[in-house]
Amino acid sequence: MLTAAVFLPLLGAFIAGFFGRLIGDRSSQIVTCLGVGLAAACSIPNFIAVALHAHPETVHLMTFLSSGTFEAEWALRYDTLSAVMVMTVTCVSTLIHVYACGYMSHDDSQPRFMAYLSLFTFAMLMLVTADNLVQLFFGWEGVGLVSYLLIGFWFKKPSACAAAIKAFVVNRVGDFGFLLGIFAVYFIFDSVNFDVIFDAAPGKAESAVTFFGIHAHALTITCLLLFVGAMGKSAQLFLHTWLPDAMEGPTPVSALIHAATMVTAGVFLVARMSPLFEYAPDALAFVTFLGATTAFFAATVGCVQNDIKRIIAYSTCSQLGYMFVACGVSAYQGGIFHLMTHAWFKALLFLSAGAVIHAMSDEQDIRKMGGIWKLIPVTFGVMTIGTIAITGIPPFSGFFSKDMIIESALASGTGVGTYAYVMTILVALLTSFYSWRLIFITFFGKPRADHHTMEHVHESPLVMLIPLGLLAVGAIFIGGGFNHFFVGEGREHFWGEAIKVLHENDSIHRAHTEHHNFFVQWLPLIVSLLGLGWAYLFYVRRTDLPGKLAAQFPDIYRFLLNKWYFDELYNWLFVQNAFRLGRIFWKIGDTGIIDRFGPDGIAMVTAKAAQRLRTVQSGYLYHYAFAMIVGIAVIVTWFVVGAH
Amino acid sequence: MANFISHLPVLSVITFLPLVGALIILAIGGEEKVVAQQSRMIALWTTILTFLISLILWFGFNPASSSFQFEERFDWLPQYAISYHMGVDGISVLFVILSTFLMPACILASWHAVTKMVREYMVAFLILETMMVGMFCAMDMVLFYVFFEAVLIPMFLIIGVWGGGRRVYSAFKFFLYTLTGSVLLLVAMLAMYFQVGTTDIPSLLAFKFPVEMQYWLWLGMFASFAVKVPMWPVHTWLPDAHVDAPTAGSVILAGVLLKMGGYGFIRFSLPMLPEASHYFAPLVFTLSLIAIVYTSLVALVQQDMKKLIAYSSVAHMGYVTLGVFAANQQSIEGAIFQMLSHGVVSAALFLCVGVVYDRLHTREIARYGGLVNNMPKYAFAFMIFMLASVGLPGTAGFVGEFMVLLGTFQTNTWVALIASSGVVLGAAYMLYLYRRVVFGELTKDDVKAMLDLEPREIVILAPLIAVTMWMGIYPESFLGIMDRSVADLVASYETALKSRVAEVAPIGHQLLAFLR
Repeated sequence: MLTAAVFLPLLGAFIAGFFGRLIGDRSSQIVTCLGVGLAAACSIPNFIAVALHAHPETVHLMTFLSSGTFEAEWALRYDTLSAVMVMTVTCVSTLIHVYACGYMSHDDSQPRFMAYLSLFTFAMLMLVTADNLVQLFFGWEGVGLVSYLLIGFWFKKPSACAAAIKAFVVNRVGDFGFLLGIFAVYFIFDSVNFDVIFDAAPGKAESAVTFFGIHAHALTITCLLLFVGAMGKSAQLFLHTWLPDAMEGPTPVSALIHAATMVTAGVFLVARMSPLFEYAPDALAFVTFLGATTAFFAATVGCVQNDIKRIIAYSTCSQLGYMFVACGVSAYQGGIFHLMTHAWFKALLFLSAGAVIHAMSDEQDIRKMGGIWKLIPVTFGVMTIGTIAITGIPPFSGFFSKDMIIESALASGTGVGTYAYVMTILVALLTSFYSWRLIFITFFGKPRADHHTMEHVHESPLVMLIPLGLLAVGAIFIGGGFNHFFVGEGREHFWGEAIKVLHENDSIHRAHTEHHNFFVQWLPLIVSLLGLGWAYLFYVRRTDLPGKLAAQFPDIYRFLLNKWYFDELYNWLFVQNAFRLGRIFWKIGDTGIIDRFGPDGIAMVTAKAAQRLRTVQSGYLYHYAFAMIVGIAVIVTWFVVGAH
Repeated sequence: MANFISHLPVLSVITFLPLVGALIILAIGGEEKVVAQQSRMIALWTTILTFLISLILWFGFNPASSSFQFEERFDWLPQYAISYHMGVDGISVLFVILSTFLMPACILASWHAVTKMVREYMVAFLILETMMVGMFCAMDMVLFYVFFEAVLIPMFLIIGVWGGGRRVYSAFKFFLYTLTGSVLLLVAMLAMYFQVGTTDIPSLLAFKFPVEMQYWLWLGMFASFAVKVPMWPVHTWLPDAHVDAPTAGSVILAGVLLKMGGYGFIRFSLPMLPEASHYFAPLVFTLSLIAIVYTSLVALVQQDMKKLIAYSSVAHMGYVTLGVFAANQQSIEGAIFQMLSHGVVSAALFLCVGVVYDRLHTREIARYGGLVNNMPKYAFAFMIFMLASVGLPGTAGFVGEFMVLLGTFQTNTWVALIASSGVVLGAAYMLYLYRRVVFGELTKDDVKAMLDLEPREIVILAPLIAVTMWMGIYPESFLGIMDRSVADLVASYETALKSRVAEVAPIGHQLLAFLR
């Protein structure tokens, strides 16, 4: 059953991918949905056995790589962390599969799409069940590949192709760090197997190494390198630029990439490597700092975007920042908890956004929507549930996990923890603002679409609404239901050995025991309601205010609208220079220098020398006689002088 | 039967069977069309038979032993202690199989593409195969040199006669570059012969050359092998040779000929001249890093498909030279694996270019676009090889690259850091190529008319896809074969260095020590 949960999606992908044209659209959909559905069905008993009954297990499949002391296996490692991930991934993925059957019904390559979705799920499962870093990297690159394929699914659109390449290459920049991290782990531990590394980590807590000319604390530099990988995959600041562009893919893709799977891989990596990170306080501080900053950055950009999917994408980026803050203050459990609740409500938000786009005849600009809530009440309802969940209003899921993170940041008591606390509070305000802004602009006010579009506004078919309903149920209850196990009293028994937290770092414990005054405790909720009021004021009561504000601060508005100019900067700095350098090396280096002075030059010199030599062979006897006399003179001189 | 096989001179059979095929082709007469068709058939069946026989090596090779196996020895010039000595160990056996594996694909790829002088073309290829296989099996340095140099002749003709574009220029460039290097190799070999009194490779491996002499010998060999690899800055013959060679010529060039340089480094430079190898390692590292970064950037701006892949080959071979001279178990196994995987993957990429070239007769990237619409099977095959070239885990390309970098990191972190940037650049130029050729809207009329893979092409590409995936998912079946031999190589290398550690400090040692 452990194996089936991972490999059934692969089987589905295989059948739909290679025989999709043969068996038809409908059969491909059934096969892939069945594959993931059965995997999800397996994952729940697995979760109960492994996590709730504290029975971790590892299935060894076969050798992957071995060379000297280096060994990596294909294996499925089931501990609480992987069981949680497997369950989340397969369940959300199943709902997305079903939804996609309806959403993509007008597309002419549905089997390919379904195959990609299943393959994506498989790669993610390989990632979370890896028992060594190399297999983890396999899954890591696997999700990267399939996301490339999915983003570029509509390959006729140049923008989709560009976004696909961007996603892959930016992720590769992260992988560059991740790879070096793996090498560093092997350098230090002589192994890449989790069990070996984790056992040896405390012994290496004090050791130092010299990498790249820097003499530094071994685990700190290793963890930082690994974290570069996590930054790429989880779209943290500096490596986030691929994520908004990834919205070029079909909506179910966005849900799968941004909710349950790909982007959370980075958070998973940090949680998985917690036994290392725990001994690298500086690395943890950096994780906290970057997470908090990303959360803030993405939230500010999210406030001014107008594309419905982009807003949610920036919101994802921001929420991932929260998860990293949690990991950074050693509240890994809180990070994973938020990962899980977020998977449900963010998938819900993306899929309902898809339903809105579907209803509006493929319009994505919220400025061209409005006044449709009566026309699509179910979509409106579930999307509102998702929004309540993300803005952290109790008793919906987001409240529990987000609150835990904010409290842990405060309880950690470090400087960077305090910074993170301030940031996360601020971001909670912004999150609430842009989320409600989205709802108000999209569903309320006067219709801004043309009447042609408005006549066609319709509720989605059941095959899309049922997954939305189930996700909404998850978005409401998951948080309250699992609070006890993930971050509550039952957490020690629940997590077992899967996550390691040093006692002095245990900010969750401190957050539970320290008592703050009423104000601090309810601050996240208060700012969330403030955000709601602010959005209500701006986009329902006084719709003239946003324009005025933007006119008041045009520079700030443009700065935010252009996403802090990261794309422009990178394009100018890296992309153009890479091409420029390439041309210089080619035209000047290869052709202008190497060939000119190398083979071509020598050939030319030889030809010229031959020309000159030809004139020596004049055929006149006296020429030759003269040469002989000179020669004899030289030889005689040589002997006479040499004799002395 | 088993007894018969064990007494069969397998290596000689594999080496000379293609030559026999070539003789048969030369013997047939008749109308030109008939001759052409018969030559094709004979060449195909000869190469397939050779490949099947070479599988005896795969199944019969004992991976638990690091010594030479399937040995054959006859006196050749006994008064000079030169013999016909053949044998394979864990390092060379896989290259023999790689060569025989690629040949049938080459013949099939030329089926319709080559129409003039088909008989001579097939003969050239069969002779080429004999020389390549012989080179990997040779256990005597003179024998090695004969095969090593003789490879040049059929390849020169293939480019010069059946090529396109500036084929004569390219053929001469290729020939002169490699020949210049080879002269110096010959000098080094003669010096070794006068020192040791034999050209038998196992004896040379056991001999300890004086350190001062090693430097000169190393440089002589380096001149030859570096051109073959090719390393920067002696790489400029490769793009020209590839562009003007016929498809099958490119396949063999990328698939096997480039490996001769890397093989030479592993077989001769490293074990015979350990102190010199250690001394010059920083030089090799520098050139390899330049190769990886520089040629990747050049690949990014190419407009010709073959040129792009040729430049990517230089970058990929940069990992090989890096791995060899990082000189530890992982890096050397990685280098060998990288050569094997590059042999399969780049060969397949050139075949993929050949598929569209046969249809549109241009290699200019801008002339294509949107092929996925009318050639989905082709798009799939190309995708697999593109990803393997990018080094995606689960494909052949990952394992070699990963292990080289892993091993190099243990030797020098700076070098590994810079080399790892190839991971990003490689993805950039390959995905960019794929996008321009395969993705996008189908707008051009002549591109619209292109048909998807025909059965012959599927037969060529399917085994390559299978091997690419196999090498990526279960590389152990290849690593296991080379493990013992490489372990021995590394052990003797380290012993040699330890015994004279005080004398040998690499060039630029101070600088390097500072950087480390």
